[in-house]
Amino acid sequence: MTAALVQVEGLVKHFRVERGLFRVGRPRRLVRAVDGVSFAISAGRTLGLVGESGCGKSTVARSTLRLIEPDAGSVAAGPRQLRALRRRMQIVFQDPYGSLNPRMTVRQTLAEPLAIHRLARGAEAERRIAALLEEVGLDPTFANAYPHELSGGQRQRVGIARALSVEPEFVVLDEAVSALDVSVQAQVLNLLTDLQQRRRLTYLFIAHDLAVVKYIADQVAVMYLGRIVEHAPAAALYQAPRHPYTRSLLSAIPVPNPNAARQRIVLPGDVPSPVAPPPGCHFHPRCPHPKKNDLCRVETPRLREVAPAHFAACHFAEEPM
Amino acid sequence: MNAWKWLALAGALAAALLVAGAVRRRALGTAAGRRFLRHPASTPGVFVLAFFVTLALAAPLVAPYDPDWMPGIVELQNRPPSGLHPLGTDVYSRDVWSRLVYGARISLGIGALAMLVAVTLGAAVGAVAGYFRRWVDAALMRFVDVGLALPRIFVLLMVVALWEHVPLAVLVLVIGFTSWFGTSRLVRAEVLSLREREFVAAARALGAGPRRVVFRHVLPNAAAPIIVSAALGIGNVMLLEAGLSFLGLGVPSPAPSWGSMIFDGTEKMAVAPWTSVFPGLAIAVVVMALNGIADGLRDALDPRREGGAA
Repeated sequence: MTAALVQVEGLVKHFRVERGLFRVGRPRRLVRAVDGVSFAISAGRTLGLVGESGCGKSTVARSTLRLIEPDAGSVAAGPRQLRALRRRMQIVFQDPYGSLNPRMTVRQTLAEPLAIHRLARGAEAERRIAALLEEVGLDPTFANAYPHELSGGQRQRVGIARALSVEPEFVVLDEAVSALDVSVQAQVLNLLTDLQQRRRLTYLFIAHDLAVVKYIADQVAVMYLGRIVEHAPAAALYQAPRHPYTRSLLSAIPVPNPNAARQRIVLPGDVPSPVAPPPGCHFHPRCPHPKKNDLCRVETPRLREVAPAHFAACHFAEEPM
Repeated sequence: MNAWKWLALAGALAAALLVAGAVRRRALGTAAGRRFLRHPASTPGVFVLAFFVTLALAAPLVAPYDPDWMPGIVELQNRPPSGLHPLGTDVYSRDVWSRLVYGARISLGIGALAMLVAVTLGAAVGAVAGYFRRWVDAALMRFVDVGLALPRIFVLLMVVALWEHVPLAVLVLVIGFTSWFGTSRLVRAEVLSLREREFVAAARALGAGPRRVVFRHVLPNAAAPIIVSAALGIGNVMLLEAGLSFLGLGVPSPAPSWGSMIFDGTEKMAVAPWTSVFPGLAIAVVVMALNGIADGLRDALDPRREGGAA
């Protein structure tokens, strides 16, 4: 295993639900968005981060980029100084409609990072913008277009070009293909893998669709209510999931074979509120594991190595389900 | 009033028609423009505003006399409208029409400038409060609460009382400084929602500092409510100035503002109603025009507010 390019240790981010006339005094409630998340990504690799809506995936992404300051934990990813860090790490967002400034042309959008980091001006900037557009598969004439004149896939390509404009090493793809049509999704995924090889990029690929993650990720981490519950090489995770939550997620992937025997694990109830997560194992109220017992209600299972390089946070990860 | 002046007036009307026509043609080209035109008061509003702005700009060409000229204070005072004086003369024998034309400069000018001050200040405070939130927001918004709670006219009266003859610049600034509270609320609300948008996060991730984020990404996208509140605000400011001048505390005499003209005419209201009625009409018509334009702009710039119409 090569050295980790990005190392996140014990990340915690709680959001306060504030009240009061002057917004001071004791905060009433805490939303535990991220509760002690650690991971490392080797240079040139992709970590897939999977979980339901609201489990804290995006908070992990934004804390990693220091777009929001975590309450605890450390993110080791190159330079300490924020501006230098901004060049090394970039992000591509989910919503191709919200992630581009509607009042700026594609040229202005791509020229801005070049200006901020004083990378290029004038004709040189123009040349770079054309090259970036070409690299993401867009005709350079798109530079004059406004976001509303582009399709979702085209916008997402502009978003990728913007992220690449500062020549980062590490790119967070926060649900970068989730809002696209399936056919466009495949094109953009291919573009992302091409770019990764060409530019030796390291990805944190966030998604709620395990099938998409399977295609792109080397390692996969599964999140539930602010914690990583399973972390393993992609192949191992898909073949032999250990955490009951992962097992139920995988059982929900449609199989393109009408005769395949499928055993779906349907979880009862909804995801509990992160304001008041269940004690012990966060997953125990919905857990379908036959061995589930009182221990799960009391003691939080630690993420432990249950097979080589395969980590799961379940007291009964070794037991069959 | 000679033939040239009538011609100049006709020219002003023609210019206003041309402007209104040009605005219509340009507006038809875009979806937002068509929403603007669909408001029944918008096109007449543009015409009326264009007419009065033309009058203000071309005042020396349109006005038949010097607005302060008193040809005969005894024999020519309070004369009814005639060929010589189309809107009659006032208590000092000055030509009401000429004063109305020159008054457009002062009344519209104060309205526009004071609103510019107010909108700039309101946008800046709103943007800072909304973008930085926390104690900055709390402090600024409590200050705005106080500002909104104070009756503006009394604050103005207090400040204005410091001078015997208020300089116009002071009047503009004082009105501007007491008119930005509402705008800042509006801008803050818009900024609070815009700052959570992904393109703002993207700009920050690219290393854009707060100033760049606010000026290049947040405020341009908050332009619509700012423009609408400015258009509505000009009318309000004009009414405020008229009110002050009517109390004799606004634009110092003999400068012709529409408010002070009404004031000058009140004493002889029964004998010479034209001295007060025409400037009053001018204020009413211009404020209505501005409100019509503002309503049209709101329909045009904020599709969410569009009630049912597709």
